[in-house]
Amino acid sequence: MNFHSIWVVYRKELREWLRDRRTLISTVVVPLLIFPVLISGMISMSSVLIGQAQKQIPKVMIIGGEDSPDVVAALRANKELEVVPYADNWKKQISEKEIRAALEIPKGFQASLENGPAETIQIDYYLGEIKSEFGAEHVESSLKSYRDDVIKKRLAASNLPATLVSPFETKKNNVAPPEKVGGASIGSFIGYIVIILSMTGAMYPAIDLTAGEKERGTMETILSSPVSRLDLVLGKFLLVFSASLTTAILSVTSMGISFAYMGRTITTNSGNHLDMNLGLASVIAVFLMGLPLSILFSAALMTIALFAKTYKEAQSYLTPMTFLVVIPAVAAVMPGVELTPKLALIPILNTSLICKEIITGTYHWNSIILIFASTCVYAVVALFIAIKMFQRESVLFRS
Amino acid sequence: MIEARALSKSFQDKKRGIIRAVENVTFTCRPGQIYGLLGANGAGKTTTLRMLATILEPTSGTAVLCGYDVVEHPEKVRANVGFLSTATALYPRLTAQEMVEYFGRLNGLDEPTLKKRIDEIFTRLDMNNFRDRRCDKLSTGMKQKTSIARTLVHNPPVMIFDEPTTGLDVMTARTIIGFIADCRDQGKTIIFSTHIMSEVDRLCDHVGIIHGGQLREEGTVPELRAKYAEHNLEEIIVKVVGPHLANSEV
Repeated sequence: MNFHSIWVVYRKELREWLRDRRTLISTVVVPLLIFPVLISGMISMSSVLIGQAQKQIPKVMIIGGEDSPDVVAALRANKELEVVPYADNWKKQISEKEIRAALEIPKGFQASLENGPAETIQIDYYLGEIKSEFGAEHVESSLKSYRDDVIKKRLAASNLPATLVSPFETKKNNVAPPEKVGGASIGSFIGYIVIILSMTGAMYPAIDLTAGEKERGTMETILSSPVSRLDLVLGKFLLVFSASLTTAILSVTSMGISFAYMGRTITTNSGNHLDMNLGLASVIAVFLMGLPLSILFSAALMTIALFAKTYKEAQSYLTPMTFLVVIPAVAAVMPGVELTPKLALIPILNTSLICKEIITGTYHWNSIILIFASTCVYAVVALFIAIKMFQRESVLFRS
Repeated sequence: MIEARALSKSFQDKKRGIIRAVENVTFTCRPGQIYGLLGANGAGKTTTLRMLATILEPTSGTAVLCGYDVVEHPEKVRANVGFLSTATALYPRLTAQEMVEYFGRLNGLDEPTLKKRIDEIFTRLDMNNFRDRRCDKLSTGMKQKTSIARTLVHNPPVMIFDEPTTGLDVMTARTIIGFIADCRDQGKTIIFSTHIMSEVDRLCDHVGIIHGGQLREEGTVPELRAKYAEHNLEEIIVKVVGPHLANSEV
């Protein structure tokens, strides 16, 4: 092995890579832009939609209630509702979004309030339609406050305290540190993204440096130089690995910033901002776990692409590989899939699972060592195969 | 000096079984000489030249170039060889100068020597006006000059040319032929394959006619003309190959 030759090959491949618009887009532009664009697009779209839905006073229709004037008056008095006159086609009006909701007051509702039995007011709405759901919520809260008023009046009439019906209150309080909160909400997602993007980042350079060279006729040129095939494959491998790492680093950085921004923008039900900051230590740990996987991807993709004679042929070989990576990466994101000693030996799935734990600040060192070591073994085997393939004439000169 | 000693190469083909592309090819080419390897497509010329350039490993036999065995010291052989064929393309995203620099560095030249050598070659081949232009933006002639500069950068004593003028226009082909003649004048050992008999007439001191992977005839051009009582080289090849055609077709 000659380090100078490896360095010369790597430098040349890097220079060519930086000049290739196609690979630069997949390695740098996509990971840098995809998250900010997706997340800011999602936030601005949802905030505009939700804002609009919340601002508009919902039109609701009352069905029945002629013999229950009190509840009808209470609803009409609510400034957050606009009660429209009754029409027979109220169901159609809800479905066609002309009104947001309707409420059906049963006959004799007011009388039953005094004497029982308890009656049910049905709220009709359009499931899945955000404005209709908001309208139904408004109607429900309006009815609840009317019910509370009725209870208070009854308690006051009997000289009983208001605490009789609510002897205690409840309050939710988060005690987990911010990075754990952020990790729990996006932890499984971050490992998945690192895995997928470290593969897609490696894919185009792996094709370009193997099948691409064959197609362009430069493979024979380089094989006629004194560089050994070992040094050549290592120089090429280092470039593919660099591309894979660059994509993963850029995507996580971009994702981290985007999520932090999203956390500040989104307000939880309790009125607090959702903290989506990830701990720096966790992010570094995820990278370290991703390193051997990135080596594995780079070597495996290069080996497969080397069999192809053209860029297109290599693409058709590698596209099914995407599924082989996506399926175990997604499996780890599924709720309820937990790390077991057997799963710790399955490449990709193991890294995805351990990343999910690490990002929430949970470090099971035995699993971490087992997964890191096993992925290193797979990576070394893949690299060894890549080196062997580069020495096979039947692969290099396949016709 | 090139000495091919019973050089053989077989390939395994799924449909056709074992294919003997080159069988027991033996010849010698001395410094200051041009050895022309002639034969039809598929005769075994490219495989022979690729084995000499150590791009392919012989199945049996060997060759010695500048004292180095192609099987035992392939890297040392390559350091002494300049290999040029129509299949040896340029890296499209490198400039002409970067392309030549890359091969100079792979050949172990230090930076001051490399710079001096590039300046020398670029001036000699009149390449200074496009040295910073990317290879994918070069004309065919410019590309061919860059390829020549690439093979020359480490000043190898042996040059191997595999059909170097195939598909080139007249002017570019002339540049290549002139360059091969220059190499001979500098005392380099040269082997080249071609289909163009005017090039053989103009350049070759010795020729070898290869067919079905075997060297069927060898000698100087005047010797072959005298032996076959034929001036036209194409006719000589037909006469040499003719008796073997029936066998090779089977």
